[in-house]
Order: sequence, then C-alpha cells, then structure tokens
Amino acid sequence: MTIQFNDETFRDDYSFRNSPWAIKRFPFPFDKDDYMYSVNMEPHKGGREGSVFQNRFDVDEHYVSEMRDRAKVLSDDPLRCQSLPHMTLAGWDLLELIMVSKSEDYPDLFELHRDGDKWRWINKPMGIDDTFTFLDEATLPYGPMEYITRQTQGDFALLDQRDDNLWMDAGMVTTQADWSLDFDIGMNFFEWHAPVPLAHEKGIFVRALKFLLNIQQGAPARRLNWTMTVNPLLDTSPENYHKWGIQKTELTPENIGSKQHLRVELQTFFRLPRSNGLVFPIRCYLCSFQDLMTVPKWGRRLHRVIRDLPEELATYKGFIDNRPMMVDYLSQFDDGQPTSLGIWPDLDSEPPLKK
Amino acid sequence: MSKFEFPPSITSRPIWGSLTPRQGKHHLMIAEAEGAEAVLDIASPELMAKTHLIYLARGTDYGDKLRALNPQHFRESPTFGAARQRIERVLQDAAMGLQLYLTGTEGMMGQVMQMAVTAGIPHTAIQTEHRGSTARRMQCVHCKGITEDVEIDPFVCSHCGLNLFVRDHYSRRLAAYQGVCIDAEDPGNVPESKGIYE
Repeated sequence: MTIQFNDETFRDDYSFRNSPWAIKRFPFPFDKDDYMYSVNMEPHKGGREGSVFQNRFDVDEHYVSEMRDRAKVLSDDPLRCQSLPHMTLAGWDLLELIMVSKSEDYPDLFELHRDGDKWRWINKPMGIDDTFTFLDEATLPYGPMEYITRQTQGDFALLDQRDDNLWMDAGMVTTQADWSLDFDIGMNFFEWHAPVPLAHEKGIFVRALKFLLNIQQGAPARRLNWTMTVNPLLDTSPENYHKWGIQKTELTPENIGSKQHLRVELQTFFRLPRSNGLVFPIRCYLCSFQDLMTVPKWGRRLHRVIRDLPEELATYKGFIDNRPMMVDYLSQFDDGQPTSLGIWPDLDSEPPLKK
Repeated sequence: MSKFEFPPSITSRPIWGSLTPRQGKHHLMIAEAEGAEAVLDIASPELMAKTHLIYLARGTDYGDKLRALNPQHFRESPTFGAARQRIERVLQDAAMGLQLYLTGTEGMMGQVMQMAVTAGIPHTAIQTEHRGSTARRMQCVHCKGITEDVEIDPFVCSHCGLNLFVRDHYSRRLAAYQGVCIDAEDPGNVPESKGIYE
C-alpha cells in the first residue's frame, strides 16, 4: 500500500487533518461503554489488516509532518531527548529493532542493507540514505536512539531493568501527555507513575511491572491509553504548559467538534536483545470529536464513557472543566441504542444514529 | 524539638528515616541547622571518635554543643552552599564502608544523597532524618531553574517569575520537587499563597 503523506502542522495554524482512511483505522480506546484503569495488555503480534496494530511500528499519513514537528521541538529544547551514559547499547538495540521492523513491514518505504557491521539505511519518505558502522556512535550524526527516533513516530522511553524494577534511563519525548522526561529520567516504574491517581490503590502498577519484567524477546506486548487535547497539539509538554494551557479555555459549543481531540496512545513494549532493556514506544494518535462522530458506535460510546468517568480521572486527564461542554456535544450522537463489544467501528453492522 | 510528620503522599516523594548509630570505621555526618539535635541524640564518644561532622549552621547555634562531642573532624559552615565543595571532596576521598548520616532540610539531604551516589557510596550506607524547616527545593518545569527553600504554595519562580504550584512529584536526580504554572489556563488568577502543609 502506498501512503500519501500529509503536509500539515500540529501547532500555530493546526492544519493537521485525518483522512477517511485514518479515521476508520483510529485506535478507539474504549471496548465497552465505561472506563476504568486496568492492566489491559495483549500480545503485540499483528492485528487486523490496515489497523494500527498490524505492524510493529505503524507508519501513517502523518509521518513526515510529525517528524518535522519533532525536529522543531528538539531545536527549541534539546532536553526532550536524553540518554544516561549506560543506555547507549540499548539505543543500538532500538535502532536495530526499528530498522529491521520497518524495512520488513514497509519495504517500499524503508530499506536496510547489512554487510557485517556496515549498514546502509534508506528512509525514502524523509529522503535519508546513510551508511554507518553498527555499534560505532561516531559514524552517526546523533546517538543511536536519537538518530532512529527522529525518524519514527511516537515517543520512546528506554528502560533499564535491574533490582526487579524498570528505570527510565533514556528517552525521546516530544508528543507526551503532559509529563517531563527531563524531570522523570532516572526514576523507577513506581516513581514516574507516582502522580497517577487511583491506579496505585488498585494494584495496577504492581501487576503491570510484574508483567513487563517478564516480557521476552520476540514477544512484545501492547495496550491503549488515552486523554483529551484541545487542538491537534502533539507537544502537550509540561515544559510548555504555560503557553498551551490557555487553549483549553478556547472551546465553545460551536468549535468543540473540530477543536476537541481524543488523544490515544498505542503503547508497546519490546525486550531488547543485547542490553536486556525494554523499549516502551508511546505512539500518539489524535482524532477530532467531529471525525469520531462519523462512526455511530463511537459517538454513542464516547458520550457514555465521558459522562460517567470518575471525577478524579477527568481531573487528572485535565478536562474536568470542559467535561460538561463535551457531554452536551456528545449527547447529540447518543440515541441510547446498545453498542457492540470491542473497539472496532463496526460500520457495517451497527445501526445509524436514530435522531 | 518535635519532628514534623509529613502527610502520606505519592510514591516518588522521599520518605525520611531516623538516624541510628551503625558499625564501621568511618562515619560522615552532615547536620543542617536543627539537624544538630539528631546528631546529639545518637552521639556516643566511641562513634564520634570515628566521625567527620559537618555542621551547616544557617543561623542556628549548636556549634559549641557539637564540638563538645569531640568528633574526629569538625567543620562549621554557615550554609550548605558554602560547604558543598568540601563535602564533595570528603565523599570522593571516602574509604570503603563509610557510613553517611544526613539530617536537616529535604533540599540538603536530597542534594548530598545525589552527590554521594555519584561518588559511589551505596544507598544502603546512607541514613537520613528530617529536622527543622519543611521548606522545599523546587524546580520550575518551564524554565528549569531551581528555587531553594520554598515554604509557600503557590510561589513565584525565582528565575522566570511564573506563578508555580508545588507538586509532591520528586526527582532524586535533581533533588527537587516539581513546580508547575498555576494560572496557565486563567492568567493572573493566582490563589493566595499558604504554607505548603497548611
């Protein structure tokens, strides 16, 4: 399949748009009409054809523009990409994983030619053709993690495993849901999740850590997480919150359909072979409310989930003030009919909106 | 002076302990202000004969009492800032098995812990006890500047001037809590500051 890459922005004039193809494959995160935290892990071994789950690292129409946005964030704030000294080998592991996966999954877009440790990497969408020596940092323009994650959608946390815990010792973080790599680097699994409400008490993190510590090479896992973002802003960083926070107050009943976006993270987890580290890609997908409402099942369900979400979660996810307006808007798309189980749009089997 | 009981908090927030004398040939104690009382509580002639004691007075007056414990080495400094290089040097020169005792504010203990870990002291050899001021060392997440001794919430970043609220989220690497802009969504609407634990 050939992907038409959009020329679009995730800031200023916000020209970001989803095509009908992108809307249909949007990873809607709610498999039923209510939501609470859970350790919702499943094997990351493919998925429905054309879905974001199909390939190890999904490439979509936003790829080139997202990489341009990342370069802009990094030039404004280089601390968004950091690696503690012992993490370089894990960075090479990640580079290999991504290059091998992308060249196998998208042979028309990416090529990897290996002759011993002499590697040639061709990234056609970004116009890159580099030859380098594997495991020799001096032959790349950036460290290995930074090099490859400047060419791969999603944020990346590189985790070191020791003392029966995971330590966030490196990362590339420019499309985050309001957390700071610069602040959190060096923290263990419980520390960097410390600000999340309710989940600690439910034992979520203890169980999740146990699961992650046991992830084996070649058997990656995945889960979805979500939040809300006003405007298709990728860089919702705490660093810049004093600049973008005001946008949350610019919602009106007239513009909410186009301005309010559901922000979904496809989180995957891969064991790395040489370092025994773990890489945790956090891929962000954005979809406006009005685009989501083109899928009747999602309209019904999103209304019910947002309406009934516990207050702590709406506060933590930062939309408690806008929730009433969201529920008002979404209620137009909920006719009370039952919804089918699972996250898929089910366009052929779900009834149209009855209002 | 009674010890302050910190309210229960999130998992990144440090939990400070109580000093107890330990076995070992080499001991380094760093006592800031009222932290002197924690040293006086555990001091014995045998322990102090093997102890390098650094007292960061910050306007308190425990110098004579501490000197009277006859530590192997004694240094009084007006502030942590004034003693930083000396502490770094002592940590670099530390013999295997050094026991480290830290007592005073969270900011001082956090920074010396970070220095000690960097110098290769195992965390199991470090004890802490909070005494005195409950002020916090805060990093502004926006400009990255550190403001020392923050007692109120919200407060004004001493570097960029933004109004910040005080989070419990804590970085051991930075030895600082995180401060985040409080009026980003409603500029100028800053609630009146009050004590962090009020």
